[in-house]
Amino acid sequence: MLTPTEITALRLSLQVALTAVTFSLPLAVLVAWLLSRFEFPGKTLLDAVVHLPLVLPPVVIGFFLLVLFGTKGPIGGWLYETLGIRLIFTRNGAALAAAVMSFPLLVRAIRLSLEAVDRRLEAAARTLGATRLDVFTSVTLPLMLPGILSGCVIAFAAALGDFGATITFVGNVQGETQTLSLAIYSLTQTPDGDAAALRLVLISLTLALVALFVSEWLARRVRRFIGRA
Amino acid sequence: MDSTVTSRSERLLISARKQLGRFDFECDVDLPLAGVTALFGASGSGKSTMIYLVAGLHQPDAGRIAIGSRVFHDSAARIDIPIERREVGVVFQDDRLFPHLTVQQNLLFGLRRAGTRAQHARVTLDAVVDLLGISALLARRPHTLSGGERQRVAIGRALLAQPRLLLMDEPLAALDAPRKAEVLPYIERLRDEFDVPILYVSHSVDEVLRLARRVVVLDKGRVVAAGDIDEVLQQPAVARLFPAIEAGSVLPCVVRDHDARYALTMLEVAPGVMLRVPRVDLPLGTALRVRIPARDVALALSQPMDVSTVNRVAGSVVNMTPLDGALVDVGVRIGSSSSTVLRSRVTLEAAERLALAPGLAVWCLIKSVALDRATLLLPAEPLRPPSSPAANEVWGALPR
Repeated sequence: MLTPTEITALRLSLQVALTAVTFSLPLAVLVAWLLSRFEFPGKTLLDAVVHLPLVLPPVVIGFFLLVLFGTKGPIGGWLYETLGIRLIFTRNGAALAAAVMSFPLLVRAIRLSLEAVDRRLEAAARTLGATRLDVFTSVTLPLMLPGILSGCVIAFAAALGDFGATITFVGNVQGETQTLSLAIYSLTQTPDGDAAALRLVLISLTLALVALFVSEWLARRVRRFIGRA
Repeated sequence: MDSTVTSRSERLLISARKQLGRFDFECDVDLPLAGVTALFGASGSGKSTMIYLVAGLHQPDAGRIAIGSRVFHDSAARIDIPIERREVGVVFQDDRLFPHLTVQQNLLFGLRRAGTRAQHARVTLDAVVDLLGISALLARRPHTLSGGERQRVAIGRALLAQPRLLLMDEPLAALDAPRKAEVLPYIERLRDEFDVPILYVSHSVDEVLRLARRVVVLDKGRVVAAGDIDEVLQQPAVARLFPAIEAGSVLPCVVRDHDARYALTMLEVAPGVMLRVPRVDLPLGTALRVRIPARDVALALSQPMDVSTVNRVAGSVVNMTPLDGALVDVGVRIGSSSSTVLRSRVTLEAAERLALAPGLAVWCLIKSVALDRATLLLPAEPLRPPSSPAANEVWGALPR
């Protein structure tokens, strides 16, 4: 049904998006928590930096990544020399680009769900002997679950679809960084590639719809579970 | 005071100041912790602030809060024990059950975190479930419960955390009258069956009288009075604050006799002074309180023999307070040697015609139909024979 190249692009896309969301989730929870619960110097700056990918052209983000994480860049150079990790032109680099691009969406969803958590329940938990950390893991986090799940799905979909940052940072290497979006782009640049591109477009469409339905279904189940439905 | 309680009970010291917006709270009290102590006052008087300071949910601007030798907060010494280490349970006005947990998981939340105290728990899950009648609810989720059920679970959850002190912040205020009537008896039972001192915030006179033995009266962020409930509520400074009390007297009394033919019960309110009230089915010797509305007490200069009023009590006027609308509130000490004061409300015209003045001997006429079941308040202490030392202290004016 699907050709081997299609399967390669699909698997790569899923892998890149999954890696992106998995690794950015803990950081997103931390950032959302800092932004919604604390006042500290530099808070506005942090908020702005987190939201940059939403307002900047993706190519610009890709360029920043190139500068910072290239093998000669301040972070990328260190990673390459001390740990032997190269991000540029690799699928891990693609995951990083996807993570950065989807990060604001993830943080926003988690922050909204955190702000919806009833602080009075947290106070009650403290009076029942729970420490701050205990309250967070046993009360706050479970109550945030619907928001975290829907944030993950949105971020996953955004990570699947990134084009500009990915192609600028890790190029368009088939089997390594050529995700569905990049493959569609390549095919549209090829003579007689339209039919093949359309097949990939349909795959993308199916993927997006499945993600939306799964997110809706999960959110409803979780809401019913915690008794908000 | 009950000696067994005294020897075990610690004292709660709150000497603190707290500014909350434009509300200024300042208090300096030292209370024995035993049984139920009511924090009583109108909305915005600082009752909840006091509870929150003890629980650690508010930090005082300055001051010291301690139970016995355990210091919770001392601004001068820079001590502030975190909420979770104070071992103080709180029942909030809103139940605050965790929506993602079942009733049983909610109940066990505090117990699981009680550490070593849980191993020799005084309050067990079975005992709490049994006392609060919630065994059928254990597997359910909070959003499927009624308001009264939710509040019962919240009470159980707080108890199971093995608190040294239970704070109840108007636990019935969010419930409608039938739900209140459903939950109140459970609070009475836990007071009687578990040995946990309770601070009970309320603005309801009836709740306070039913549950508490001591009271702290607050007004505008200040403590107006504190002490034994029967004495405190008689103080004019307190009575003036609360029309509900001002409009009547609350007298401790003991069931002395039942009259089957006339369906009456005899209550002794002062040595040798009996009130006849519609029959109440309580055993002889039961100590309770009766609330007598001041407007149901008429005054006469001599004992009238030709009136239908069955309760005619001799006494002498102790004080008179003019009220709005040409009315006078008259305090009458009843019986020969008691300090029991009955309040009567008469018109200014009547007061002048009778030449009422302090020291004057009068007869109080109380319609017994005014004293129905609703004005008879159940004992504020576990039922004890009135000859026990505890009862003598509380009902000190009564003969053995």
